[in-house]
Amino acid sequence: MQHTISVLVENEFGVLSRVASLFSGRGFNIDSLTVAPTNEEKMSRMTIVTRGDDQILEQITKQLNKLIDIIKVIDFTDGSGVERELALIKVTAEDESRAEVLRIVDIFRAKIIDVTPKSYTIEATGNPVKIDAILDLLRPLGLKELVRTGAVAIGRGAKGWKG
Amino acid sequence: MKMNGARIMLECLKKEGVDTIFGYPGGTVINIYDELFSFKEIRHILPRHEQAGTHAADGYARATGRVGVCLATSGPGATNTVTGIATAYMDSIPMVIITGQVPTPLIGNDAFQEVDIIGITRPCTKHSFLVKDVKDLAMIMKKAFYIARTGRPGPVLVDFPKDVQIAQTEFVYPETVEIRSYKPKLEGHPRQVEKAMAMILEAQRPVVYVGGGAVLGNAAEELTTLCRKLTIPVTTTLMGLGSFPENDPNSLGMLGMHGAYCANMAMTNADLIVAIGARFDDRVTGKLATFAPHAKIIHIDVDPTSIKKNVRVDLPIVGDVKDVLTRMIKQADKLKDKVTEFKTAIAPWQTDIAGWKDKHPIGYKNSTTVIKPQFVIQKLRELSDDDAIISTDVGQHQMWTAQFFQFNRPRTLLTSGGLGTMGYGLPSAMGAQAAFPGRQVITICGDGGVQMNIQELATLVQNKLPVKIVILNNNFLGMVRQWQELFFDKRYSSTCMELPIDFVKLADAYGAKGFSTSKPGDVEKIIKQAFKEKGPVIMEFKIAREEKVLPMVPAGAALNEMVLNA
Ligand SMILES: Cc1ncc(C[n+]2csc(CCOP(=O)(O)OP(=O)(O)O)c2C)c(N)n1
Ligand SMILES: [Mg+2]
Repeated sequence: MQHTISVLVENEFGVLSRVASLFSGRGFNIDSLTVAPTNEEKMSRMTIVTRGDDQILEQITKQLNKLIDIIKVIDFTDGSGVERELALIKVTAEDESRAEVLRIVDIFRAKIIDVTPKSYTIEATGNPVKIDAILDLLRPLGLKELVRTGAVAIGRGAKGWKG
Repeated sequence: MKMNGARIMLECLKKEGVDTIFGYPGGTVINIYDELFSFKEIRHILPRHEQAGTHAADGYARATGRVGVCLATSGPGATNTVTGIATAYMDSIPMVIITGQVPTPLIGNDAFQEVDIIGITRPCTKHSFLVKDVKDLAMIMKKAFYIARTGRPGPVLVDFPKDVQIAQTEFVYPETVEIRSYKPKLEGHPRQVEKAMAMILEAQRPVVYVGGGAVLGNAAEELTTLCRKLTIPVTTTLMGLGSFPENDPNSLGMLGMHGAYCANMAMTNADLIVAIGARFDDRVTGKLATFAPHAKIIHIDVDPTSIKKNVRVDLPIVGDVKDVLTRMIKQADKLKDKVTEFKTAIAPWQTDIAGWKDKHPIGYKNSTTVIKPQFVIQKLRELSDDDAIISTDVGQHQMWTAQFFQFNRPRTLLTSGGLGTMGYGLPSAMGAQAAFPGRQVITICGDGGVQMNIQELATLVQNKLPVKIVILNNNFLGMVRQWQELFFDKRYSSTCMELPIDFVKLADAYGAKGFSTSKPGDVEKIIKQAFKEKGPVIMEFKIAREEKVLPMVPAGAALNEMVLNA
């Protein structure tokens, strides 16, 4: 089963490689991983999308917690979080398909951010399932290039997390 | 007072109570060596190889319980420490490894003797630091020692660039250390402890299974008190040997691949297993699917990742083993009547175990014509001091030592359990002897492994470290040969050493003393003579070449499918 995990880390030298090498060294999957600074100066936040049964997930969470620079680990799989992802999609758009692309973009509330006579570049955001859906529709028209940020997630409700 | 980074490093070590370090000089640590020249509070021992220096720091740590410290130059010096670091990591040994590094402006440029040692050692260190600014050095050292020794201990590497060693700053050692992202859980949850005692007292076929955590957590005394109160059977792993006296009637000895029949049968038939500071390694569980099929499992460990990693657990207790056991003793004292009932209830179980012990005790067939290795080990126990420290290398001799020496005190066995590192025996004994100049330190090695760090004879002689080196010479890489005999139709591919070594001459070449014999009648005499010598000694015993370590659970078989005599 797929899990989205948020990891608050100290902004220390090498912390990203510690996390990445933990996953590769123990044979855990990474479907996506994002990392960027937070509202606290010394803290960054990673969002990792991974897969595994309950026992593997328990190990992943515990092993992450064991890394010295990791402040907090939260598993959002129980629906306690909201997830978003951004994708930049370059798609073939010639003659009759140009209108079709625009229609899809409109339905998904995406945006065209670059145009040529032969292509559109689309910016789409939403939860990862929505991104998958727009891609499924665009693929038959000719995907030239795709960049996804990977999911980011935040907890629902009024409470915020700090270090 | 302003000092340079190199000097601050030494001052930090002094503040941490370090009295001995094992180090090897080179270009990127030459400034530290220059400071050491006049720094008299720290004894520096020069091994003949950085791997040995790392094992020596590890041996020092295992024997004392303090943090072992070693030092190496950048590049090849640093890479030579890797095996030693991985060995310590697998057995959770507290160490601080200081490596020189090229000056910060050159890092990443493939400078002379530059390697990314932090990257190389990331999977085998508990943590690591790169010192980028001399102002951070004191805090980094404080954290390094704190991380190495607390929680589940482990090696911490400090990579120290040359320009930072030269840079100056005011030296202030921090009084306290606070790492918000690192808070090892020390106290066992009181409710969980109560539940654990209740489960134990209801059991009819309980076994306590103890690992290295009880030794590392200095909990041998509490463990012994509790288990004696309950008269509960106790088995230990290789790493747990010494935590519970093997001469106690409730000791089952070691379990696992080369463990005692009674220990493995007890695990297989138990209705409750109390795992203490152990991690259900594959050498202990055998085939997981058939491991302890009838047992509930209580697992006490300071490291939450150890719990439920390999086996299901019915009651986890995360916490310092010493603390948890202390609480359990109190709880047992509160429940005196139940304890009495419990002792009666487990009597039939104890009879079963005694039956297994009688049926297949750990044993061997002695000989009057050829030296049996087990006989040498028994003689060593008989003739050595009660508090003698034994280190081993890796192979058959290691298992014979575990089976036949009989360990009754914690921290008297130093052995590479997790990584199984050949070459560990001699240098780790050197580290233990440096820590305890007055105690008997004996290393038991094979003819293969002893040659992996044999150069340390020079260090022993130079530093007057009177380690007694026992070589059980079968002229084979015996443990691998045993597998070839049992599982590969005796195709002894590259396990026969062919060339006989004259170990007496070898000792002589280094200025040590050497004895050798192939006669059983000489064994006692040689051991006695060697123990009388003031300096390091090699005792070579030419043993029965094809003697096997038995019993044996073949890899992948169930614990109760032991090969008893093949
Ligand atoms: C560094 C290293 N290389 C290889 C091995 C694999 N290995 C395990 S035991 C063994 C044989 C050891 O032979 P020896 O030192 O003579 O001891 P014996 O088994 O004969 O007592 C070998 C090669 C190892 N454990 N460590
Ligand atoms: Mg051998």
